[in-house]
Amino acid sequence: MYVAVKGGERAIDNAHAWLAAERRGDPSVPELSVTQIREQLKLAVNRVMAEGSLYDPDLAALAIKQARGDLIEAVFLIRAYRTTLPRFGASQPISTDAMAVDRRVSATFKDLPGGQILGPTFDYTHRLLDFKLAAEGESPTAHTAPADSAPVPHVTEFLNRDGLIETAEPSDTAPPDLTREPMELPADRALRLQAITRGDEGFILSMAYSTQRGYGRTHAFVGELRIGTVSVSMDIPELGFPIEIGEIEVTECETVNQFKGSKTEPPQFTRGYGLVFGQSERKAIAMSLVDRALRWKELGEDSIGAPAQDEEFVLMHCDNIQATGFLEHIKLPHYVDFQSELELVRRLRAEAMAAQEAAE
Amino acid sequence: MTALTQDPAYNFAYLDEQTKRMIRRAILKAIAVPGYQVPFASREMPMPYGWGTGGVQVTAACLTPDDVLKVIDQGADDTTNAVSIRKFFQRTAGVAATEATADATVIQTRHRIPEVPLHEGQILVYQVPIPEPLRFLEPREAETRKMHELEEYGLMHVKLYEDIARHGQIATSYAYPVKVEGRYVMDPSPIPKFDNPKLGGCPAIQIFGAGREQRIYALPPYTAVVSLDFDDHPFTASKAPHDCDLCGADESYLDEVIIDDAGGRMFVCSDTDFCAGRQTAGHRGRLSPKAAGKGM
Repeated sequence: MYVAVKGGERAIDNAHAWLAAERRGDPSVPELSVTQIREQLKLAVNRVMAEGSLYDPDLAALAIKQARGDLIEAVFLIRAYRTTLPRFGASQPISTDAMAVDRRVSATFKDLPGGQILGPTFDYTHRLLDFKLAAEGESPTAHTAPADSAPVPHVTEFLNRDGLIETAEPSDTAPPDLTREPMELPADRALRLQAITRGDEGFILSMAYSTQRGYGRTHAFVGELRIGTVSVSMDIPELGFPIEIGEIEVTECETVNQFKGSKTEPPQFTRGYGLVFGQSERKAIAMSLVDRALRWKELGEDSIGAPAQDEEFVLMHCDNIQATGFLEHIKLPHYVDFQSELELVRRLRAEAMAAQEAAE
Repeated sequence: MTALTQDPAYNFAYLDEQTKRMIRRAILKAIAVPGYQVPFASREMPMPYGWGTGGVQVTAACLTPDDVLKVIDQGADDTTNAVSIRKFFQRTAGVAATEATADATVIQTRHRIPEVPLHEGQILVYQVPIPEPLRFLEPREAETRKMHELEEYGLMHVKLYEDIARHGQIATSYAYPVKVEGRYVMDPSPIPKFDNPKLGGCPAIQIFGAGREQRIYALPPYTAVVSLDFDDHPFTASKAPHDCDLCGADESYLDEVIIDDAGGRMFVCSDTDFCAGRQTAGHRGRLSPKAAGKGM
């Protein structure tokens, strides 16, 4: 008579088994390998590494496989794994000046030392479905040129030489660690950048887009976008000098923003900055726009109350793991709360009806 | 009671000792300042935010190998998320689990306080979605922290007053705000207001964990907790005006269950351990097998 709407251990186990079977799909179709995902779905892997805050293409590929291609679920798997890892120390800041660039473009100068390098980009592809890809066995080749070891200086440095752009003062203060300390507001720029670089790509994209449409406009030009590999070095206390422990691929975007000056700052160009793991151009550009929008206070600008200028709004809502968890938790049972609401609504209705009858 | 052996791949109760120490510090501070929300560096857990990560971290920091754990959701031990969290600790801590409220040393709960009175030595851990009682009156954390600092709770009283002006009563039925030791206004988590009177003077330690919002707060044993109200509109704990259809209890919080498509419904204790205990003791309700035939 009384069928409890309560699942048990068996229901959970059965659900997990079904999920695993669904993940595998039709067993007559060959299974995807983790290396195939790593090599052929690289941009998905990059996104999972960036939002998971863990640079490990193999683990990210595994997470994508396990998550059936749900990238937010894959990010979640990486985050949950990452949090269990011991901390051996902190690396030295990476030097993007010394990046081996695969791609480097500037929208502000036609040509510049180091050159414009288009690299592997979708930018000028015609978005026509390529049905040849549906047939198997293609293995395209690309022309290669000998590596150029000449340094590729940052565009903003050329502007800085003339004092046309604000100076980004170097600082040796240890940046706060979002994953080890609770978020404290107001946040400094290092903390904001940390939150945005692991924030949801879609959210950061929309925030950046909103500034372009006038909600906190920042007049951004892409001073430079560069993608390539940089080495990561770490001080080893026993050795007394830093050694290189590996290489990572990053995307860096520096925007140059028109600025007419404020009460505290002279007219000059200002900076927005984006740095993201892997080739993640959209995210890096969006990040630099949001960074610039959030800097209104330190530049002495007025806030127009735009969402992208609102630090608490952006930082507290950009994390997709927090957002998806809280959003989806409303499918958990709430019948205790709902019951108390039922009682309340019934009581209020009874009183309202009685009052209506008394009035008639 | 059931115990499993602990999975050797994980530290006891999953979290590493450094993290547990950080959480314990937050808990101690929370107990020292009852009702005050202590920020803590919440970790990503292997279950989603909003599904009890705050409670799980508090439980992990409190558990010792000798503890006996009970996990409930909506008052029930066998709801899916309660099963999932209990399994997690059986696997990672190997602790004994129980459904009997009186036998448990640590109870993690979502949305209910057990019907059986708690005793000294027990810890009740609440899962909290939004720890800030003022959040829906003022969305900004920077502002609400200031309001707590200055004990500036006028906005809350205005909200309750507006309820009375519009509805003739305070239209909050769960997560009903309380004042702790005459100082901090606190969100008791989304428990029905029926449970509010059990918060004050409780012999057990009550700890509230909000993982996503990175806050821990607590009520030490025998803390004075008052549900906010007005002299002419005193707080009342409410429940469905029925007895349990399975055990006949008239003093427990009830879930309403729709049993057919003709509007038939039954009321049963939301606290499954309490209800089962009463049935074992021979109590019967309107729809109990023995009493079948009466009523519907």
